[in-house]
Amino acid sequence: MSEPMVRFDNVTKRYGALTVLDNLNLEIERNEKVSIIGPSGSGKTTVLRMLMTLERINDGVIWVDGEPLTHEQKNGAMVPAGDRQLRRVRGKIGMVFQHFNLFPHMTALQNCMEAPVSVLGLSKAEAEQRAAELLDMVGLGEKKSHYPIQLSGGQKQRVAIARALAMRPKVMLFDEVTSALDPELVGEVLNVIRKLGAEHDLTMLMVTHQMGFAKEFSDRICFFYDGKIAEQGPPEKLFNNPDNERTRQFLSAVLEAG
Amino acid sequence: MNIWDWYYVREALPFLYKGAIITVEATLIGFAIALVLGLVFALIRQSDNRVVSHAMAETVEFIRSTPLLLQIFFVYFVGPQFGIVIPAWIAGIGVLGIHYAAYCSEVYRAGIQAVDGGQWEASIALNLSRARTWRVIILPQAIPPVVPGLGNYFIGMFKDTPILAAIAILEMLQQAKNFGAENYRYIEAITLAGIFYLFFSLVASAIVQTVSLWLNRRYHLE
Repeated sequence: MSEPMVRFDNVTKRYGALTVLDNLNLEIERNEKVSIIGPSGSGKTTVLRMLMTLERINDGVIWVDGEPLTHEQKNGAMVPAGDRQLRRVRGKIGMVFQHFNLFPHMTALQNCMEAPVSVLGLSKAEAEQRAAELLDMVGLGEKKSHYPIQLSGGQKQRVAIARALAMRPKVMLFDEVTSALDPELVGEVLNVIRKLGAEHDLTMLMVTHQMGFAKEFSDRICFFYDGKIAEQGPPEKLFNNPDNERTRQFLSAVLEAG
Repeated sequence: MNIWDWYYVREALPFLYKGAIITVEATLIGFAIALVLGLVFALIRQSDNRVVSHAMAETVEFIRSTPLLLQIFFVYFVGPQFGIVIPAWIAGIGVLGIHYAAYCSEVYRAGIQAVDGGQWEASIALNLSRARTWRVIILPQAIPPVVPGLGNYFIGMFKDTPILAAIAILEMLQQAKNFGAENYRYIEAITLAGIFYLFFSLVASAIVQTVSLWLNRRYHLE
């Protein structure tokens, strides 16, 4: 059996006395599309933030592509990862945020060129070509020289997706990427994600409230409750015939509202 | 005797001119020091190392809480007792620069803290180095909005330059006063100096506004 792309190994995250994630064990296979759902405060976004190294973990180890992300081997022992290790392994992961976090002082093209040039060492011409292709792919070839302030929410989010892809990640994280959008703009972003899933070899992990999309797109759904995975499985099973009472309650509440 | 005599205006001008050069030089060099050093202070203040960050904060607080004149006296008069002899011009401009660097660092800090935390997160997610993140992502967003605040200190420093007279630097106001004392005639020289201060302040404020507008446009922050 091949090594999973991402592995959470007994990972615990606490904020002071509050345990946000409690001994999480989660494996994500190569190219697998996994959606994380659950009530707010259940720790779902924290999973992505830990994987992106935006949060330090308190206990356990996270592995990415067969390498420890949070730790490194030194003299046979696992010690917290140094900056070099962190940056190397982190390079395999890309993330798209709820609030886009585009660089407002750069054009769409520049947003997609900055990291490839300064981190990967691509030439300007090469980076520009790659950025232009990606912007074309997300349907924004015409908006290359627009600044974020001149773009709609959906367009901003598509630029953010192109920007993350420009780093050629193996794993893409989507953190409630449509939650800050007007309803009529949600579709264009989801279409881009669909296309990505179909055309690229990408492991995708998303936290979402779009149950319809999660059901159609994901290979597996993880339902988080109270810092734990309360239930996980293929979408048909989880949505149509959940085992867990919590899952059932959550789904009926969400689907009723939607 | 006339209240206003043009004869004294003509006589005073060469002295005032010499003084004005010193005043403008001290302002420009002093403020250049304040801008650069203030940014350094602000960046050190943001250090992850608590000890370093606190030490910087205390230093800035100390500089801001003691009079500029005292600091100049300390460097110029107390220094030599310990064998540290610094020429008046360097001591004066240096202390002026450091004093205002402390104020400027607080302005920079406000700008830095106003940058959305999501910018840092995006930079980490894109694997940008810390130095690159500061230089290309954070500071271009942090500085343009605080240019007016920095500009206030630019004009404030300009108006503080007469303090340099206390360590025998012949800046403009001192030249005016000396001219008055030698001729028993103050009104022309002091008035001219006042007009010059006013004029320079107005010009400086126009420059600050222009720079502010230009920077905000350049970085699309308006």
